[in-house]
Amino acid sequence: MTALLEAEELVRIYEVRRGIFGRPSPVRAVDGISLAVMPGETLGIVGESGSGKSTLGRMLLGLDLAQAGEVRFAGSPMPRNGTAEWRAMRAKMQLVYQDPLAALDRRLTIAAQIGEPLQIHRLVPRQYQADRVAELMEAVGLRSDQAGRFPHELSGGQRQRAVIARALASRPKLLVCDEPVSALDVSIQAQVVNMLRDLQERNGIGMVFISHDLKVVRNIADRVAVMYLGRIVEEASSDVVFRSPQHPYTKALVSSVPVPGKPLEGRMILQGEPPNPADRPSGCAFHPRCPVAQDICRTSSPALRRIGDGRTAACHAVAGETASIETMRRMA
Amino acid sequence: MIRFVLVRLLRAVITILAVVTFAFVVLRMSGDPAQVMLGPDVPQDAVDAFRRAWGLDQPLWIQYLAYLKSIFTGDFGVSMRDKASALQLVLERVPATLQLTLPALILKLMIGIPAGVYAALHRQSFADRGVITLAIIGFTVPSFVMGLVLVLIFSVILGVLPSGGQDTWVHGVLPTITMSIGGIGILARFSRSAMIEVLGQPYIRTASAKGLKWRDVIWSHALPNAAVPIVTIVGFMVGSLIAGAVVVESIFSWPGIGRLLIVSVSNRDLAVVQCILLIIAAAMVMSNLVVDLLYGWLDPRLRSHAAH
Amino acid sequence: MGTTNPDLVELRDLKVAFDGVQVLHGIDLTVARGEALGLVGESGCGKSVTWLAALGLLPGKAAVTGSIRVDGRQLCGAERSDLEEVRGGRIAMIFQDPSSSLNPVLRIGRQIVEALQIHRGLRGQAARTEALRLLDMVGIPDAPRRFDLYPHEFSGGQCQRLMIAMALAGEPDLLVADEPTTALDATIQAQILDLLNALRAETGMALVFISHDLGAVSQVCERVCVMYAGRIVEEGSVAQLFSQPRHPYTRGLFDAIPRIDGPRDRLIPIPGTVPNPKHLPAGCSFSPRCPYAVDACGSTYPSLEFQGDGRRLACMRPVPAVTTSGEAKRRIHEGLMA
Repeated sequence: MTALLEAEELVRIYEVRRGIFGRPSPVRAVDGISLAVMPGETLGIVGESGSGKSTLGRMLLGLDLAQAGEVRFAGSPMPRNGTAEWRAMRAKMQLVYQDPLAALDRRLTIAAQIGEPLQIHRLVPRQYQADRVAELMEAVGLRSDQAGRFPHELSGGQRQRAVIARALASRPKLLVCDEPVSALDVSIQAQVVNMLRDLQERNGIGMVFISHDLKVVRNIADRVAVMYLGRIVEEASSDVVFRSPQHPYTKALVSSVPVPGKPLEGRMILQGEPPNPADRPSGCAFHPRCPVAQDICRTSSPALRRIGDGRTAACHAVAGETASIETMRRMA
Repeated sequence: MIRFVLVRLLRAVITILAVVTFAFVVLRMSGDPAQVMLGPDVPQDAVDAFRRAWGLDQPLWIQYLAYLKSIFTGDFGVSMRDKASALQLVLERVPATLQLTLPALILKLMIGIPAGVYAALHRQSFADRGVITLAIIGFTVPSFVMGLVLVLIFSVILGVLPSGGQDTWVHGVLPTITMSIGGIGILARFSRSAMIEVLGQPYIRTASAKGLKWRDVIWSHALPNAAVPIVTIVGFMVGSLIAGAVVVESIFSWPGIGRLLIVSVSNRDLAVVQCILLIIAAAMVMSNLVVDLLYGWLDPRLRSHAAH
Repeated sequence: MGTTNPDLVELRDLKVAFDGVQVLHGIDLTVARGEALGLVGESGCGKSVTWLAALGLLPGKAAVTGSIRVDGRQLCGAERSDLEEVRGGRIAMIFQDPSSSLNPVLRIGRQIVEALQIHRGLRGQAARTEALRLLDMVGIPDAPRRFDLYPHEFSGGQCQRLMIAMALAGEPDLLVADEPTTALDATIQAQILDLLNALRAETGMALVFISHDLGAVSQVCERVCVMYAGRIVEEGSVAQLFSQPRHPYTRGLFDAIPRIDGPRDRLIPIPGTVPNPKHLPAGCSFSPRCPYAVDACGSTYPSLEFQGDGRRLACMRPVPAVTTSGEAKRRIHEGLMA
């Protein structure tokens, strides 16, 4: 089976100016990322602020251009941004992001907004449009009497459902969701996560699910990629990553998730600050915070390599080159 | 920092050059100084002689280059009417104008900012609504209307203040008030909205939560933050200290730069008009530059912090 | 200090209304000296408003009634100067978004010294020395050099540490932490929770931890109040609530959280949405979303009553007290053993 979406060695560098007197300096937001999403599969991307996960999401859709590397959709490279082919392809891949209120036009009813892609891409004959909108609303769990409502008349969860319905209007093959449930309360979050899972199963949509919330990613993603400072440091199936994380950063992340009823003691608490993309440490970018860092980590950047279980990781210690059994035990 | 100032200075020079060029072209397109100065009935050779004497017979671009060359050497030309140095004529009028605009600026600051801040601190109160209403009246009523109304009340009906002239400080009262009212309104509105914005910020809640007295919350935490947008407006007002007097000086027959500008425009006294516009543009641009530097002082986020 | 009342803070029938819309419907709550109390609930349940009201930090249009006693002294309707004495001195508060909670145009050293001046009368070098000690205590490295920096030169996690240092300056008896880690990354969140625990052990101050995250609450608190639509619906020890939630809402909150371990089952959401405070349902506010609700739930609001096991509960149809499911056993196990 060919991958639905493939990214190869994507690089995105921003120029960032600090203060009005500052000189611009390059920031490698995405630093050589390769990934693949199979049809119907959900790839979770987790990482903290500054990891580049949102930039990556936008690059996968061609909204942010890669300075190097390539994105292929269903085997063919992404057409140039703004061309007719690009628009046609974009109908097949949709973005859902965190703030539904910003994504919706506050002057239009939600039915009008859900129907908009149908008009733009001329997907459905005019007389069937209302039916299709009703169908989409039902699919995301919106009531038919809410069709005439404006975004501000809906709750946060309902707005996000409307955004998802609109994204589904063009029957996309791929959905890139950037923190889609982070702004929602726990009880509502569970509703939306279940809905996304159902929609995906029913329609075989491939999904890239970007989030800082490991618990949600654990529930929705088949496979998980952990990002740190613009690079993937570990990737494996969701079960494997969360059951036995290997990269020290992944271990810390998984350990930092507060589990109800579980006290803080015994958790692995990373010291140090979140990384600054403009000031990337030498060698392995994680080494200043890493509990098992050794000399080699300060000088040489570990490559992402297969380590069994269908897992890849980028860590000198994990690759077994320098880590002794003792250090591995200390990390656990 | 030095690079920043240099870039801004270069930009300032370009702005002034653009203003000067615009004035130069428009003035020459919109009327013939020879006709205006000499009157309609003079013989053609007198007109030609006048043009030759002032270089008006040359092609426009040669006149322009000559003009640029002279202003870069500090020569702002000679008035066609008074045959005196244009710069000197203009500078002579500056004190009179500042006599009105400086007190007006002080009035704007002393009344506008406190009124706006007070309104923000007492939102939805009677005082707040009063300030908003007065402010709107202040900056929507044009100054010539405001001036005439004040003259009608204080000079014609009450007879307590003179309606024109520059003999004593009393003569300056009405023009100063007229000139300040619009600015007071603008500053009051601006200070009010800046203050309301700041008072809604989380750090104000923090300041209260740590037990600061409300007065100190306002003085040490709210006002320094509200100062940033207010400084923009004040900078604009300082920049227009010289330019802001055209209408009011005419109403009250005040012999300042504004009046000189109007007289010189109607006479097509090219050198004087150009000199005035150049000075106004320079004042504007300089005050803008100062405001930009002040921003960095008021708001540390705008400063560079390479050492971090 | 020398009152007979053992409770530090006592809220009785605290009600708050904004423009005539009631958002807090009579909160009864006590905080004992040195204890750590969690306040849990979804957005709009009133958990933050409760403490902003207690400290008089709500905007002027808020109508606050009821009784707020700190060491027996009534704060509701008190003079501004009385409130200012309590704020920061007896009760300090930190907030959700640390970066915007610090004044952007003032140096951080000055912001901490300010609190030292108000509550401990420290000035000059003495204040600076003490501020540096506090910065060190909350884990700001290289404090002397960073004393004169501005908030934007610190990361979000460090800003929260600065906020905590500022809160400690008044040597408060109670620290109210309003969603202190929500805006922070997971690894930084763990650091801050760790810090709060360490500081409480060191200073003996009480802690009120407001959060929507049951996991975070269970890591720093001994007792938990669950709030829904402006009321406390259940209150008990962490072990009690986590092993046996009795209110259907508490139960629903637990069930809705995705698990980091175990199988990837479908989540169990709470149906419906949080009610608009303008149009609260009749009777129990949770009844329209409640799987256990009967007709009576829609007509009268159940009062918050003590149960035999020491918890308080406001429900006519609670989740049965004894469950034998493996789920509950596992929770007990984790809560007590881990």
